[in-house]
Amino acid sequence: MLHRPATSTQITHLQRLWLYGLVGLVIAFLIIPCLIVVPMSFSDSQYLEFPPRVWSLRWYEAYFFSSEWRQSTWVSLKVGAATTILATILGTLASYGLHKSGNLLKPIISSALMLPMMVPLIFVAIGVFFVYARLGLNNTITGLVLAHTTLAIPFVMIAVGNGLSGFDMNLERAARGLGASPVRAFLTVTLPQIHISVLSGMLFAFVTSFDEVVVSIFVSSGANSTLTKRMFANIRDQVDPTVAAISSILVVLSIVVLVAGQFIQRRSRASPSPD
Amino acid sequence: MTVMVQEVKPAIINNSLLQRSRSLQGISFIGLSLPAAMLVAAVLIIPFSWLAWLSLFDATGNLSTENYVRLLRPAYVESFLTTFKVAGLVTAICVLLGYPVAYLLSQLPQRAAQILMVFVILPFWTSVLVRTYAWLVLLQRQGIINQWLLSSGLISEPLPLVHNMTGTVIGMVHVMLPFLILPLYASMKAIDPVLLRAAANCGASPAQAFRQVFLPLSLSGLSAGIALTFVLCLGFYLTPALLGGGRVAMWSTQIADMVAKFANWGAASALSVVLLIVTGAILGGVNRFMRVSNAWGGKP
Repeated sequence: MLHRPATSTQITHLQRLWLYGLVGLVIAFLIIPCLIVVPMSFSDSQYLEFPPRVWSLRWYEAYFFSSEWRQSTWVSLKVGAATTILATILGTLASYGLHKSGNLLKPIISSALMLPMMVPLIFVAIGVFFVYARLGLNNTITGLVLAHTTLAIPFVMIAVGNGLSGFDMNLERAARGLGASPVRAFLTVTLPQIHISVLSGMLFAFVTSFDEVVVSIFVSSGANSTLTKRMFANIRDQVDPTVAAISSILVVLSIVVLVAGQFIQRRSRASPSPD
Repeated sequence: MTVMVQEVKPAIINNSLLQRSRSLQGISFIGLSLPAAMLVAAVLIIPFSWLAWLSLFDATGNLSTENYVRLLRPAYVESFLTTFKVAGLVTAICVLLGYPVAYLLSQLPQRAAQILMVFVILPFWTSVLVRTYAWLVLLQRQGIINQWLLSSGLISEPLPLVHNMTGTVIGMVHVMLPFLILPLYASMKAIDPVLLRAAANCGASPAQAFRQVFLPLSLSGLSAGIALTFVLCLGFYLTPALLGGGRVAMWSTQIADMVAKFANWGAASALSVVLLIVTGAILGGVNRFMRVSNAWGGKP
């Protein structure tokens, strides 16, 4: 097995062994910190041991029975849901509009809409904090949703743009030629064809909002603190093992999302539409 | 003759009509992007321009370069140097660790590459906050790494691995590595394997074929990845703030401190403007040779 060629240039697996070893180490470096919090969160000790000497659900209890943690989880879920809806609508409209128009303004608008993804988050955070202070939007759900929607729009646009570039616009033209209004043609012909891209855009939007930390640190506090803001403050001020329990829940969630994303992709590849 | 004219004429009319309706459509379709554009303007562009404008005035409201001159003080100069040092170090480590991974990914058969890819993507999808917390737990004085080193007898005192430069660099490499691997892998995947076979046919050893054919062809993807990683490092806040423990003063943590602790908007804005110009210059310089934006495939 090891002496069989690994590539068309006749390098054997044996000659490649050092490369496999090296890549294995790098992958371990990437993966272990993502997963190790899960077993550690079941430790009974204040200094999360690995492997835990005494197993307990102590830190999960601390999370579920704390009204503060529950409250900030609820805030994050609300903000995430509202951001998903708003960013998906605005991002899909923008992506579709830019895809259909050949206007001179198109390159300017599309690069402006990509800015939130390119600019360091700390800029967004201080800019938003500065303007919200004047508008009275600091520490409000509305303020958080608007900021997170801005951050999520580029991801929705990339996802929907991918779908649109694989969609044959002649189908929509045919619908228009048969007398459908532009809105009806979009809703009954185009949208069903790109719905998987729109769904993955929604997923991106939710994750962007739910995972967002830097802007939330600045513009949310007190009763409207997001989960990430509370976690950040907690990690900075003391290493509270309750965060390990929450982190484990988030790790499991992100694995679920990743698997769901792969599933959506596979389904879209299997479906006959070019989406 | 007359028949021909009759055939051509309606075609011309139709064309101009179509063109007019197309340009009208172009205007109305671009209108669909306006709600999103207005939100981005209101939340990002206007606030930042406002701050940049304010940075041109001193505390008494007079036009001055005070905020920019202040950036030449030793404390700020040191934070610039720290930022570039950390960004350079993190990028260099990412290249050393990421190049072999991207190379193997591009050489493996599809199925194996897909499985390996999951391991690169999973950290990408896991919240940065969670990963930073995990490093804190692993690296702290009573953390696993120190415990193992102590019990193996390699060290007699716990090493200071976190709340300093070491912890910051380790945490940032972990966050940045996928950003280097993904564009690099995309560009390596585009290298035609026939070229390597041709090199072998011409008598090149595998090492020679790699050095003279594969490596030069992968350089454009590598520089896109390097630029992306470096620029992301320059403005990165979370990991230096948590793993640096206040001892690693980077650009981003300075900006945050100036706003949150001292409410010094002038200085924070001036610092942000300089950071934005440096970031833009690096991206613009690299963009002349290749489109960095193409390297963006997924989530940041």
